Amino acid sequence: MKLNFRLVLLIAATVFGILFSLPSLTQSDRGAKVTLGLDLQGGLHMLLGVKTEEAVTSQLKSTASGIARFAESNDMIIDGLNADESAVTFELLDEDDATVLDGYLKKIEGTVVKASAGSYTLTMTPAAVEKLKVQAVDQAIETIRNRLDQFGLAEPTVAKQGVDKILVELPGIKTQEEEQRARELISRAAKLELMAIDEDRAARVSDMSEEEAVGFGDKILLDALVPQMKHLVRELPILDGTMLTDAQVGYDQNNNPVINFTLNSEGAQIFGDFTSKSVGKRLAIVLDGKVYSAPVINERIGGGSGQISGNYTTAEANDLAIALRSGALLAPIYMMEKRSVGPSLGADSIRASLLALVSGFGLVILFMMFYYGLAGVIANLAVVINLFIILAMMSLLGATLTLPGMAGIVLHIGLAVDANIIINERIREGLRAGVSTRRAIEEGYAKAMRAILDSNVTQLLACTILYVYGTGAIKGFAVALSIGLLASMLTAIVGSHGIYELFMNRIEKNKNYALWFGMTRKAK
Amino acid sequence: MELFKEDKIYNFLGRGKIFFIASFVLFFLAIAIIAVKGFSFGIDFTGGTVVQVKYADTAPIDKIRESLKKSDLFEHATVTEFGSPQEVIIKTPASTIALDNDIGDTTAKILVGTGDFEIRRVDMVGPKVGDELRVKGLTAFLLTLLAIMATVTFRYEWRFALAAVIAIVHDIVITFGFVSYFEIDFNIESVAALLMILGYSIHDTIIVYDRVREHIEESKNTDFVMIINEAVSRTQSRTTLTSLTVFFVVLTLFVFGGDIMMGFSFPMLIGVIVGTYSSIFVAAQLVVWTGFSVSGYRQKMAEKVRIRAEKEKMRAQFEQGIV
Repeated sequence: MKLNFRLVLLIAATVFGILFSLPSLTQSDRGAKVTLGLDLQGGLHMLLGVKTEEAVTSQLKSTASGIARFAESNDMIIDGLNADESAVTFELLDEDDATVLDGYLKKIEGTVVKASAGSYTLTMTPAAVEKLKVQAVDQAIETIRNRLDQFGLAEPTVAKQGVDKILVELPGIKTQEEEQRARELISRAAKLELMAIDEDRAARVSDMSEEEAVGFGDKILLDALVPQMKHLVRELPILDGTMLTDAQVGYDQNNNPVINFTLNSEGAQIFGDFTSKSVGKRLAIVLDGKVYSAPVINERIGGGSGQISGNYTTAEANDLAIALRSGALLAPIYMMEKRSVGPSLGADSIRASLLALVSGFGLVILFMMFYYGLAGVIANLAVVINLFIILAMMSLLGATLTLPGMAGIVLHIGLAVDANIIINERIREGLRAGVSTRRAIEEGYAKAMRAILDSNVTQLLACTILYVYGTGAIKGFAVALSIGLLASMLTAIVGSHGIYELFMNRIEKNKNYALWFGMTRKAK
Repeated sequence: MELFKEDKIYNFLGRGKIFFIASFVLFFLAIAIIAVKGFSFGIDFTGGTVVQVKYADTAPIDKIRESLKKSDLFEHATVTEFGSPQEVIIKTPASTIALDNDIGDTTAKILVGTGDFEIRRVDMVGPKVGDELRVKGLTAFLLTLLAIMATVTFRYEWRFALAAVIAIVHDIVITFGFVSYFEIDFNIESVAALLMILGYSIHDTIIVYDRVREHIEESKNTDFVMIINEAVSRTQSRTTLTSLTVFFVVLTLFVFGGDIMMGFSFPMLIGVIVGTYSSIFVAAQLVVWTGFSVSGYRQKMAEKVRIRAEKEKMRAQFEQGIV
């Protein structure tokens, strides 16, 4: 018996397969392990869409706020200032101020200004819109990641999908309550706005329509705590959460949890200026479009800090503080797809697919042994090594094993022996034709090779396309099957050939075709 | 063990018409069934929600239906047993899904009092996702067909490719006729099954074609019908054996994979049978009908060899010239 290069390759592949699949099989903490998909280990999978166009609207709104502040501080009078999803429009009453204003407008990046006879239209350039949309998605991903990290979940995945979609996978979620909390934390816009109450008209708010309010440059907002209560606020906020630097849970004099927030220097400046001018008026603290409180301003508030109180439990206040700290979402997100699997169902799926794997495998192994004798045993050995290699490769690549992936592996067992069936049939043909054992084996491999290669290439093509166009769990199926196909070329074709070479002299000597190839008839 | 007589050449093409008629009838019957019954698309495609609930005892389906009536959300909900008497799935064709108004939470609240239960799975798919999946699935299918056309044309001849693609479409249509007839949920796993059947069918067909090519290249026989009979006969044992092993594993998936794998295992089960049938009885004969000529192919091969030889010669001369 001599070692040959095919056998050496097979042994190397076997060692590799067993070595790198060990961490997954023993569930040890060392080494790369194959990750179980959410459908097998349980957890929450969400595909979120980002309403990027709303990022554009809010950008234009904040531009409008800036213009309003600029006009006020320069004693200009502008009228009908309005911002919608496409443009900021306003009228400049005194044309003498035009040069100063144009100077300011020119400095706003990514915008185009059109002005005729004092009426201004400010739009964003397409490039700026595009950039902002990309930024909105990236920022949403970053924000969600931050929030989840602080939430303390194990191994959250937050990844961009396509252009404006975000994939969130949370394997750690086990109960319905946890899921709900995580969902709220993620989806919360956490948009903090400080808005002025329109004191001139506030008394009439109960019977004012939305349109009327808009006509006055106002907006009607609901109270967060008292149902049915409405507040009339100026449409453009004084400042928003982008100027927030910190938010912490604290307790008020009644020992109820509150959130204390701190503004940056610019925010503190704006806040100070506003409060000094508005003593006696009310300031609405608005979070995600709802008014949490509207205290009367007693004096100028410097230092740039404030408080949100709202009948929170400590846990809620905590989550809200996390959301505020990690920043507001530039654009709202919405749920496109959600799949949550309980851990018990995942365990059932693992059990069912393992059962299918073991019994399918058992059937194939018995059949091959029964039909081909020792040639069948060699084919079986190749399949076993193949399975180890699949597991090892998936662990090393960090691939995810999903339920369809398990199905792919089960299916692969049936397909993997095919190469050996083709080869064995060829060998039998050769033996029947009366050629020597050695020649029958060599020619069997040579002739079978072309067909196997041709069909494996087309199969791999199909798998690649499936991977590119498949989603989530289906990708796992394509990965498992492709790795299996590639590995089977090594084990079933090269490896089994090596084993024959090893035993060649013995096979030639004892001529027991029934034992070696399962042939009932002696060759000529 | 040997299942097939070693040297016997079966006259497959002699009975070609019978198989052709059988295929023809099955194919159009399948189309008719699909046209009439359609598919019961899962929420992967239609959008909607599925909630899987497991009870400690037998699930009180009537009680569950009664409770669900209380909420508008479940107006069009269906409740069906799933896998075992303890388990049910509640399907709703909800068109909108809200982040904050979760169907899992709602279901849990509504079902309080129907028994001791656990919510094991909540799937919500927005309508946009389903549309995208449809487009993606179809693109993947067509692209794969195209890729197969291209490789088979490259490795064999366009007539072989055409015949292979017709055989594939034949297999898939018949398989999904069964899926439609038995009202199996058509979901994302079914798309994977579809592509796998496609891959399996071409795999089987190529093994037969390889033999046909070998006979054309190595024998002097010009009778294409005889060549095909011989090739199919010679590969028949392999085709049957592999189909058996694949059938074994698919059967175990079907039996043990449970309802959750049904969208995959059922079409695979049928597909393996139809695929095996078509690679023995349909695929090779189709090549005959495309008007393939053995002598024409041999001429082309000879031409290729001649061109290659000429190129070699020119290269040799060229190299000599340089030296």
